[in-house]
Formats: sequence, structure tokens, C-alpha cells
Amino acid sequence: MTPAGALGAAAQVVLVGAGSPLLVGAMRQVRARMEGRAGAGVAQPWRDLRKLLRKEAIAADGTGPLFRIAPLVLAATALVAAAVVPIATTASPLDGSADLFAVTALLALGTVALALGGLDTATAFGGMGASREMVVLALVEPTILLSVFALSGRVGSTDLGAIVGSALHRPELVVSPVSLLAAVALAVVVIAETGRIPVDNPATHLELTMIHEAMVLEYAGPDLALVEWASAMRLTVLLGLFANLFAPWGIADASGAMPPVIALPIAMAVFTGKVALLGGALAAGEVFMAKLRMFRVPELLAGSFVMALLAVAASYFLA
Amino acid sequence: MRELLRKIRATGRVAEPAPERPDTAALDPATAAKARELAGSVQVRHVDAGSCNGCEVEIASAFGPVYDAERYGARLVASPRHADALVVTGPVTRNMRMALRRTYEAVPEPRVVVALGDCARNCGVFAGAYGVEGAVSDVVPVDVEIAGCPPPPEAIVAALRGLTGR
Repeated sequence: MTPAGALGAAAQVVLVGAGSPLLVGAMRQVRARMEGRAGAGVAQPWRDLRKLLRKEAIAADGTGPLFRIAPLVLAATALVAAAVVPIATTASPLDGSADLFAVTALLALGTVALALGGLDTATAFGGMGASREMVVLALVEPTILLSVFALSGRVGSTDLGAIVGSALHRPELVVSPVSLLAAVALAVVVIAETGRIPVDNPATHLELTMIHEAMVLEYAGPDLALVEWASAMRLTVLLGLFANLFAPWGIADASGAMPPVIALPIAMAVFTGKVALLGGALAAGEVFMAKLRMFRVPELLAGSFVMALLAVAASYFLA
Repeated sequence: MRELLRKIRATGRVAEPAPERPDTAALDPATAAKARELAGSVQVRHVDAGSCNGCEVEIASAFGPVYDAERYGARLVASPRHADALVVTGPVTRNMRMALRRTYEAVPEPRVVVALGDCARNCGVFAGAYGVEGAVSDVVPVDVEIAGCPPPPEAIVAALRGLTGR
């Protein structure tokens, strides 16, 4: 663990932890403006979280420790992912152990914990949401792995920092067919994994159409605050990973000449801009789309898996 | 998609300018204390305890683009566990009495109950009907009342702003 890596990880955790509710607020604001509304303001998710933390914690009758632990596991995995994914710096504090597989597994661990929490309530909607989330997870995880494999082939490493760093040194790699195919595949799974339209609708009130929301129907007060905060962080981490894999410019390079004290603030500002842009585009795109039928979602995800597979194949043929 | 984009650009903002902030002195002290604790964020769960759906139409327009109650920090949610305020419409029918009671108990403290419309306040035209148990205040403690049959969206928005304080 290098001092630069530790500093970078701390900066990343603070940036994602504090900034992710603002990203959700900004996305709601973009949507509100396009719908002709005034919008509640960018800081509204933070107001919601502050209020939820002050509220009474209620555990539904008959729920066990799983129900209480799930939000903690979800938030903890999101925080660890925020520390190790190359967001502001390619120098990760856990180099060698926190690679692509570890990050994907961390995200999956959080999702599974929340699904178990949803099952633990023993309500019809909790179980339905959990089973749907597992369907989406089973289709999303292989695609995340495969699409990043396509990029890792040329580096010879599954270390995310190394992949982002290689694109930084050889910008011609970013516009290759491999990258484009992988980008399309990863974009679809990021949307699915974060529960946005057209896979899931985060603002829905119809229990029968819910995926993520159905699992958290029974959470209240501080537990709900943790779940919402963690969901926002996962959205930020996945959008940030997507941005940095395909447009790494601005990130603090581990082998760069600039000292981290100067490079980190620049990288954080650039990252904020990139994620705000991606989030804004995602929110604007949602205005034009309706949610897909649940039975069509596997088709969409299978399509993105094929894209990822083609990207991997192309990376071997073009190498 | 192009047509929708053109429509969005041509329509622009349809939300009306925010009216003056309503006088919060109208709230009784206990409700005002709860509203202060919520600090600008009120999640609303709507319970139809036997309404004719007139009030539902007005709630829908209060949260629609023109009145846009969301800009003051109020938001409709899908579960009473997520809620801070229960908005109850209609006289409480016999079949909904227990459901309303359980919904109220599912809301974490601090919680506020808003009786929306004349039926919720005093059974309105349904007073004395055979299926009606009573007004909302006969089943759960009511903090805020909104008069009208149905109340106009302006009144709903003003009452919600009293709770969010924005």
C-alpha cells in the first residue's frame, strides 16, 4: 500500500459518499425540468437522508438479523468498491487483491444481502422483488466481467487501475471496435444493475412492476437511509467505472509525473464533471422511454451479453 | 423521439411560480414540532379509506407538473414504512378501518396524519351511511385537516408546505 494509494482511496470514498446523493438529486432535477416541473433541488436526497436518520427504526414483525444486517452489508460493499475502483486515481490501496473479480463480487454481495433482507420480511412483494433482482443479477454479472475482459486482454491484467492506466497511455485503444462493443454492453448492464429505466423504475408506486423498490418496501428510518445512500453510491461507482474505462482522461496516473496532491483535486473535479454528464444523459434518456416488460428484460440483457462476447472475440482477433 | 424533444422544448416549464409560503402559525404546536423534525423532506403515503376518488384527482394534480408539490420537498412513496405523513381521503369505511389503523402503526415516528377533504374530516355527504365507520379522527389521531369537497390542489400544496416548511 503506497501513501499515494491510501490518499487516493480516502479521497474517492469521501467524494462518492458525499457526492452520490447529489448525483441522484441532479438526475431527478434534470428529469423534472424536462417534464416541465420546477424540481425539488439537487440537495433534496441529502435532506431525505438527514430526516430518515432521525426517524424511528422499525423492524417488521418476524424479521431476523438478516433484515438488520443487509443495509449495513450493502453500504459497506459500496464503500469498499468506491475505495478500490479507479475513480480519481489509478493507484489503488489494495492493488493485486482488488481487481475486476473482487469489485464485481463486492457489488454482487451487496445485491444478494439486500435480496435476502427482502426475503426475510416474508411479504409477497419482498420475495417477488428478491427473485426478480436475482434474475437481473444472474444476467448482469457475466456481462460486466466479459465486457471488462475485452479491455483487460490487451493489458494482460484484470487490475482495473492497470486497464484504465493503459487507455490513458494509448488513447487510440479507446476508439477501437473492441472498446465500442464493450462500452455498449457495459452501458446496458450499468443501467440494469442500478435499477434505472428501461429495466426498473426507481420512482414507481406500482408494486407489481418493482424490482429494487419491492425489496426495500419494509425498510424504515435509518435502515432505509443506508439502503438509499448505498444505492446512490453504487450508481456513482458504476457510472464512474464506465466513464473511466472509456474516457480515462483527467484521472490521477499512478506512474505520472504530477504529485498526487496536485493531481488528485484535478482528477476529482474531472470525475465529478464526467459522472454528472453521464447521469444527466441517463436521466434525460429516461424521459423518452417506458419501462420494459419484465419478460423482455432477459432479452435486452442477453443482447448486451452477446455484445460483450463479441468484444472479447474481437479483442483476440484484432490483437 | 424527435417529436417528443420538440414538444419538450416548445412547452418549456409548465410549473406555476411558487406562491407565498403559507403561514405556519396555523399548525398546532405538536404538529409544528414534528414538522421541524422532518426539516424540508416529507414522504407522503396516500390511503384511500373509502373516497369517491374526487380527492385522488386533486392529489394527482397537486403532484402534477403545474402545481408540482415535489419542489417543496413532499414526495409520494409506495410504502408506509418510507412515509412521514399519511394523507387519508374519504370517510373510513368498515372494511378500511383495520387497514388504516395498521397503516398508521407501520409509519415510523415522527408521523403526521393529514385528513384530506370534507369526507375525511366529518364524513361529508356520506355521514350516517351504513358502510361508514366514522371520520378519520375516529380511527387515527389527525394532525392537519384540509377542507373542501374536493379541496383544490392549491389547498393541498399549501397544507403540505406547512409540513415541509419550504
